[in-house]
Amino acid sequence: MAMLHTVNKSPFERTALQSCLGHALEGASVLLFEDGVYAAMQGTAVSAQVSEALGKVRFYVLGPDLRARGLREDRVIDGIQVVDYDGFVDLVTSHDNVQAWL
Amino acid sequence: MVNEGPYNHQASDSAYRFTKAALDKGHEIFRVFFYHDGVYNGTRLGVPPQDDRNITQLWQELAAEHDLDLVVCVAAAQRRGILDADEAKRHGKDADNIAERFRISGLGQLIEAGIKADRLVVFGD
Repeated sequence: MAMLHTVNKSPFERTALQSCLGHALEGASVLLFEDGVYAAMQGTAVSAQVSEALGKVRFYVLGPDLRARGLREDRVIDGIQVVDYDGFVDLVTSHDNVQAWL
Repeated sequence: MVNEGPYNHQASDSAYRFTKAALDKGHEIFRVFFYHDGVYNGTRLGVPPQDDRNITQLWQELAAEHDLDLVVCVAAAQRRGILDADEAKRHGKDADNIAERFRISGLGQLIEAGIKADRLVVFGD
């Protein structure tokens, strides 16, 4: 069991993702939702950093928030799992605690 | 905990949908605590356009169905003009506006929820 980190801001708007990755311990999970979903996409200025972090933490992205922004699941970085709200709930219950990087 | 008002980015929508999903899966929601601008979720005077979601009403319906405890922080609410009948009377105001199913209480309710619930999930901006 480990910590679930939630990031809800775009990495092109705030430094929440940077702060999160700077603090997340190996084995932790990061859920990208709301505008945070932009960090899950291939071919962006942060995708290399996210791919590298996948060696240390697990990444999840909220599918409904991808679709609300017209982003396609097949453009999500390999290794990031797409979840729905049920999956969000399961992530919360399967981790010891939740840290929101607001 | 909801730290951001409705119709302002997405925090209230996310919190509602997460709460609903958790309840649908059979989990217990000990309390929803509205803090900072989140207290605006609890006004009964909001009139969103007919083709838009009414977030306050969505919370009320969910609360009615699952007997949810929707708590609005008193200090945050007073600053922003969210009052129940007692608070309105105490401060000499001519009206109150707390929505049915919401109640105004203190930060102690957040602390209690943090102690009694297995998880605390924060939604905000």
